[in-house]
Amino acid sequence: MKTIYILWLRQVKKYFRSPSRIIGSLGQPLLFMLALGYGFGSVFQQAGQGNYLEFLVPGIVAMSILFTALFSGIEIIWDRQFGFLKETLVAPVSRFEIMIGRSLGGATVAVLQGAIVLLISLFFGFTIHNYSLLLLSLVFMFMVALLFTALGTAIASLLEDMQGFQLIMNFLVMPIFFLSGALFPLQGLPKAIDVITRINPLTYGVDGLRGTLAGLAQISLTTDFIVLAVIIVVLNALGAYLFSKIQI
Amino acid sequence: MENIIEVKNLVKDFKDVRAVDNVTFNVRQGEIFAFLGPNGAGKTTTIKMLTTLLRPTSGEIKVNGFNPVTEQDDTRHSFGIVFQDPSLDEDLTAKENMEIHGVMYGVPNKLLNERTRQLLELVELWEKRNTQVKDFSGGMKRRLEIARGLLHHPKIIFLDEPTLGLDPQTRNHIWNYIHDLNEKEGITVFFSTHYMEEAERVADEVAIIDHGKIIIQGTAKELEEKTKTNSLEDAFLALTGKAIREEGKEGWAAKFRGRN
Repeated sequence: MKTIYILWLRQVKKYFRSPSRIIGSLGQPLLFMLALGYGFGSVFQQAGQGNYLEFLVPGIVAMSILFTALFSGIEIIWDRQFGFLKETLVAPVSRFEIMIGRSLGGATVAVLQGAIVLLISLFFGFTIHNYSLLLLSLVFMFMVALLFTALGTAIASLLEDMQGFQLIMNFLVMPIFFLSGALFPLQGLPKAIDVITRINPLTYGVDGLRGTLAGLAQISLTTDFIVLAVIIVVLNALGAYLFSKIQI
Repeated sequence: MENIIEVKNLVKDFKDVRAVDNVTFNVRQGEIFAFLGPNGAGKTTTIKMLTTLLRPTSGEIKVNGFNPVTEQDDTRHSFGIVFQDPSLDEDLTAKENMEIHGVMYGVPNKLLNERTRQLLELVELWEKRNTQVKDFSGGMKRRLEIARGLLHHPKIIFLDEPTLGLDPQTRNHIWNYIHDLNEKEGITVFFSTHYMEEAERVADEVAIIDHGKIIIQGTAKELEEKTKTNSLEDAFLALTGKAIREEGKEGWAAKFRGRN
């Protein structure tokens, strides 16, 4: 238990110690909010879909959680390169504990990052639909974070160095974000895109957040919750398995 | 004296390369044991097997009475290790690195604080305890790693080329600490190095490994007598030849590590 705590604390400490990283990773979500939120706002309104910013912000919050969580998982590669991974793997603790500590730490950091984006969005004119659901939206944020930290862990356990980084970015992270319904409504999509968005786990995270923050759920909160929970279990099991196989 | 490390007919194959070939040796409790050999001779591979990081292909190992394959946790409690490459978290402070280690090894809080102070004072880093490791020099990092390796009071400390790339002053300093620890605490020291004069000065017992085999074991004096030379360095060259070894051999073998 203490091992899980100390490794969680490590991730959180590292996060607060790199303000440049915190600010740096705010750039993209803010740009999206500005350019898309204001840029497409009037078109969206004219199409009879309501306020685009209200629609978009939950998607952008999910995006920053996706990025931060995935990279927290992938940080294992850095730990491998800088040697700290060896220190943890040679200690008399189980790899499962190590992974859980890391994942919880990574997920916490990702939720913090998402919360900062949400906070800033209020200044852009986003209004939280129902404050009594805020706690539930935090649950959804944490679920998205846990899911993608586990995915990051699984990927990092398979990679030796950062060579494949660009590949993951362009062929995994970006598609997950763009094809999740974070930017557009799920109705009336071409068949192929419809199928892809339905199998994309982020879709359910975005929907859960949209439902709790803006009251604009398109699926249903129960479905979102169940789908996310199942995928979290599956990906964590996979991550734990692959992590247990790492050789140094 | 009792043996604290016993290795019998140890073999490690990496695909078609035999990195460690039927190695047998013992290390007595409380001694300083130097494990020498040219690049790619099998030193690091052997240390990895002794420290639970690699599974042997065949053979027997006992570390502090435990089998590193079947009794991983007991084995891991028995030793501390300073790796050839750094293994600190550079974003954390010296004290935080110690703390994580202590928690993972189950050192109780109060004791952890006491020992952290004691050890950081020993390696003269107590004043710098709240500095992030990335601001440390190479020598300071090494000293911190040694302090960390001793935090859980291991019976044995493994040092894989602990003084590589350090200036003579720092090397001298580090060896004095290690020597003191060995004398005062009775910790068994198992180290590898390329600096023969270090081995000659501090080691009670020397073993030389080459092409995966132990070619000789004894005191530095005995090795010199056997080879009719005046220094361990000359003895080493007489035993292992003067040809330059391929640096890449170990690295090449390492590529196949994941597949074993």
